[in-house]
Amino acid sequence: MLKLTGLSKRYDTGDLALNDINLTVPAGQVMALIGPSGAGKSTLIRCVNRLVEPSTGSIELDGQDITRARGARLRQARRQIGMIFQNYALVERLSVMENVLSGRLAYVGFWRSFLRQFPSSDIQQAFNLLERVGLQTMFDKRGDALSGGQKQRVGIARALMQNPKLLLVDEPTASLDPKTSRQIMRLICELCREQQLAAIINIHDVVLAQQFVDRVVGLRGGELVFDGDPKDLSPEILTSIYGEEDWSVADDNHEEADAPATASVDIAGAHP
Amino acid sequence: MSAADTGNEPLPSLEQQRIAQAREGRWRPLPLIRSRHWRWIINLSVLLYVVLAWLSVDVNWSRVAQGMERGQAFVASFLQPDFTSRGGEILTGLWESLTMTFTATVIGVALAIPVGLGAARNIAPLPVYFVCRGIIAVSRTFQEIIIAILFVTMFGFGPLAGVITLAFATIGFMAKLLAEDIEDTQKEPLEAIRATGGGWLQWINYAVQPQVMPRLIGLSLYRLDINFRESAVIGIVGAGGIGATLNTSINRYDYDTSAAILLLIIVIVLMSEYLSGYVRKWTQ
Ligand SMILES: Nc1ncnc2c1ncn2[C@@H]1O[C@H](COP(=O)(O)OP(=O)(O)OP(=O)(O)O)[C@@H](O)[C@H]1O
Ligand SMILES: [Mg+2]
Repeated sequence: MLKLTGLSKRYDTGDLALNDINLTVPAGQVMALIGPSGAGKSTLIRCVNRLVEPSTGSIELDGQDITRARGARLRQARRQIGMIFQNYALVERLSVMENVLSGRLAYVGFWRSFLRQFPSSDIQQAFNLLERVGLQTMFDKRGDALSGGQKQRVGIARALMQNPKLLLVDEPTASLDPKTSRQIMRLICELCREQQLAAIINIHDVVLAQQFVDRVVGLRGGELVFDGDPKDLSPEILTSIYGEEDWSVADDNHEEADAPATASVDIAGAHP
Repeated sequence: MSAADTGNEPLPSLEQQRIAQAREGRWRPLPLIRSRHWRWIINLSVLLYVVLAWLSVDVNWSRVAQGMERGQAFVASFLQPDFTSRGGEILTGLWESLTMTFTATVIGVALAIPVGLGAARNIAPLPVYFVCRGIIAVSRTFQEIIIAILFVTMFGFGPLAGVITLAFATIGFMAKLLAEDIEDTQKEPLEAIRATGGGWLQWINYAVQPQVMPRLIGLSLYRLDINFRESAVIGIVGAGGIGATLNTSINRYDYDTSAAILLLIIVIVLMSEYLSGYVRKWTQ
């Protein structure tokens, strides 16, 4: 379904964000991608739909190489890949319905979308999806009139409107409270199972991930360091992904001795 | 610990001094220029420049006194503006100006939109960006009067030259501000719509337009207002409209009519001010 081969990304700034990633995601599999901040998780999923251009390596979607696809072929590939964002990425001045229907843009012509004359089957599908995510009464509201959890539901509906084969999900719950997080995560995973969608879900909450996904992949410093069943995530493996320093607690003596020095360094640093 | 404030060190650096003072509860923001020396030099030279500049202005006080009288006559005529004796000319002039203003704004905004899109670094490729920024720079370099003189020479006296002048100036103004607004849009919705696989125009229509529309409308109204005022000015160099009428009345020392015209301009500008405030609230 999705096959990444030797994928690397070096940003213009020189950061090597991904280093030789090989990864295959079969159809219908829900995969969590975990790793510390800066590990390259966002970069990886953005490479898949080419919001970020990979430096080397190849991306195959359903046997089609889309690494260098351009123009219509790239748009054709993108419409098979739905994306859900941490900060929802709704167009806030558009209504909920317009936001959801924007998932159909690649299927309708410019004038239809410009005049908001979508085929009635699209509107039906949008309404059904809104019903499925529990927002059937909200479709005339503007995007900025919703709560975070509601926005994320609209984001999910928009992604599914594309009738995608693959969902890319970047930290869907990072801005949500624990209960809403679980609901959103459950919703995404249920929808994936219902529609046989493959998904890559970037997530920081390992426990939440373990509960819902089929497979966990760990990324650290741009390299793949774990790939296995959620049950196999032991503390040792977590340490190997996130590193020792994230679990350690700074000791008090050390901090006190450090304080005056830090203060003078700060002022000097701010005004060189 | 208290090494800095007991003065044990021979020459405490500025940082140490500031830390010591802050510890005692005294703190001022850092001055823009750190050296006290340079602060004095710069302040004194600015002062010196102002004095010299003032002395270099050559004022002819007797001419000023004369002018004051004429100015008084002009101001006095505001108390008795004459709307009627040249009423027909005023009406024609005003109507011409309003027509010029509307036409020029519509044409100018319509042309400014593609230029503005091309001049936004986050959505335009580099060559397009340079071309569009170039157009903006050319349009903004010249003051309306200079452009008007050029177009009056090219197209002859009358409102056509005025319309072209104002439309030309509108392009630079609107395109620049629109491009800046586009560069300030939120990146995430842009990415989200791109990720749906929509085409470029759909992307502009769904992701960019909703974000910039309120400001585009507000700016267009503001430009309408500016164009009306400019139409009064460029009329003086022959580009038609109320400016031509105003110019004629001043040349005839017919200050009562001039006052009437100026009052009408003020009223129209005020009205457009209220209107644009109202529309802006409604488009938010
Ligand atoms: N646009 C960019 N330009 C330059 N460097 C970037 C850019 N985006 C990310 N990076 C760098 O690439 C590396 C990986 O970033 P990435 O955003 O993929 O991490 P992440 O795993 O998603 O982190 P987080 O969990 O905080 O979202 C980081 O070192 C980051 O500084
Ligand atoms: Mg990220």
